[in-house]
Amino acid sequence: MAPQTADAPQAADASHTPFTPPTRFAVPGRIAVSNRAAARWRTATLTEIRRETPRVSTFRFAVPGWAGHLPGQHLMLRLTAGDGYTAQRHYSLASPADDAGHIELTLDHVEGGEVSGWFHTEARPGDEVEVRGPLSGFFAWPGDRPALLIGAGSGVVPLMSMLRHHRLRALDVPLRLLVSARGPEELIYAAEYGAETTAVFTRRAPEGAPVGRLSAAHVAPVLAERPPGGWEAYVCGSNAFAEHASRLLVAAGQPVDRVRIERFG
Amino acid sequence: MNVTRGFTGRPRVHHPGLPPGQYDAGDDWPVLSAEVTPDLTPADWTFRIDGLVAEPRSWDWDEAHALPASVYEGDIHCVTSWSKFGVRFGGVSLDAFWDVVRPDASATHVVAYSHSGYTTNLPLADLTGGRAWIAWEYDGRPLPAEHGGPARLLVPHLYFWKSAKWIAGLRLLDHDEPGFWEQNGYHARGNPWEEQRYSGD
Ligand SMILES: Cc1cc2nc3c(=O)[nH]c(=O)nc-3n(C[C@H](O)[C@H](O)[C@H](O)COP(=O)(O)OP(=O)(O)OC[C@H]3O[C@@H](n4cnc5c(N)ncnc54)[C@H](O)[C@@H]3O)c2cc1C
Repeated sequence: MAPQTADAPQAADASHTPFTPPTRFAVPGRIAVSNRAAARWRTATLTEIRRETPRVSTFRFAVPGWAGHLPGQHLMLRLTAGDGYTAQRHYSLASPADDAGHIELTLDHVEGGEVSGWFHTEARPGDEVEVRGPLSGFFAWPGDRPALLIGAGSGVVPLMSMLRHHRLRALDVPLRLLVSARGPEELIYAAEYGAETTAVFTRRAPEGAPVGRLSAAHVAPVLAERPPGGWEAYVCGSNAFAEHASRLLVAAGQPVDRVRIERFG
Repeated sequence: MNVTRGFTGRPRVHHPGLPPGQYDAGDDWPVLSAEVTPDLTPADWTFRIDGLVAEPRSWDWDEAHALPASVYEGDIHCVTSWSKFGVRFGGVSLDAFWDVVRPDASATHVVAYSHSGYTTNLPLADLTGGRAWIAWEYDGRPLPAEHGGPARLLVPHLYFWKSAKWIAGLRLLDHDEPGFWEQNGYHARGNPWEEQRYSGD
């Protein structure tokens, strides 16, 4: 490769000065993730199924030895067929942090879906599945900083864990939720939202409410509130939604390193 | 074995190329990144190798494209359980870059860092011998931004989070230093055939 070394316009690079990328993730060192707990598969016993919308249900499990989690974290879930075939998928934790020995997952029934299909057509209380986690501290919110949460469809699941945590602990740090759904009948956790939440309906809206997708007009007033220390933004949903919402946030002035994204695929 | 009552899974043919715990994503290519997709054009893109090397240096888009072209055809595996068979990436083998910078004998590990601020760690041995690329084409077209375009690292024999999107540089070290996901509980190496998903696996 002599030609490359010979043309040496990069002489200035010969120092060992550390390179600093133009943007920096806010990797939250303040969040402790227990790696040891996450390394083990545990048996989770289904105790209750609650319907949320025609396509979405919440599944509550007893998980002895579950080490607890931070709102926003997810787990890995595994189903095993009689011939040893396994299917594993990630699911966000819907339950708040203080629900010892129990976890809740909220699953969309994906058309033709292998794992969500089993849950929505076969699963009943008493069934056992395997889980490991909690996983990934990056999307977690321990309740310390003002949180601006934006979700669509089942992307609201980890955000609801944060909202429930905020309520149960009676935290007074500011929290806002923008949640997008196709119509009111598809709005997951509809009965649980309060003054902190704005629902955006993309196809059908209740009487008097507008129809349309999440826009700068929804984001601007929340960013304008500018709580002390600024918002930590959490965006969750399909990749298309995550791209759209994160670009809106950055265009409206939210710092790029204060946007955390969880993409469901 | 912990059989799940009533679960049979979908009809399947065993694919010898599918590592344990993975499924065939078919035509899907899920996007899994935790950050805002950076607006990075080929004109803004630079790639630097430094640390324990004889000749640290940077390449811009044209300089990198002047290196001999190289193609990867094969499979990729994401830690979130999907695999994709028979994908085709175009770019340059990292070996062409190593020939220029010449790693020191003391270098054992690499931190890959991206223009978004993301980092991931790898053993140097996983990035030599024709097993790693800087890739800017997918299926004969420019690599889409959400998949790491204009250019990403490609280390297809490890889980795909090691193939850092929007690659900005590699720093060679004489020790291992966990990157972004590794600090968040993921495995230091990430070999799909040994299911090295999380630290402790
Ligand atoms: C971090 C994270 C958190 C998540 N949290 C949640 C959550 O809280 N709630 C939630 O509902 N989802 C969540 N997801 C998505 C979830 O992991 C699954 O992707 C989802 O449940 C679909 O899985 P499935 O097995 O039902 O569908 P899959 O079997 O994976 O199928 C998905 C789609 O591909 C098609 N398909 C794939 N393979 C085949 C095949 N061989 N033959 C025919 N069709 C096929 C299916 O028809 C379907 O349309 C999360 C994902 C991530 C990454």
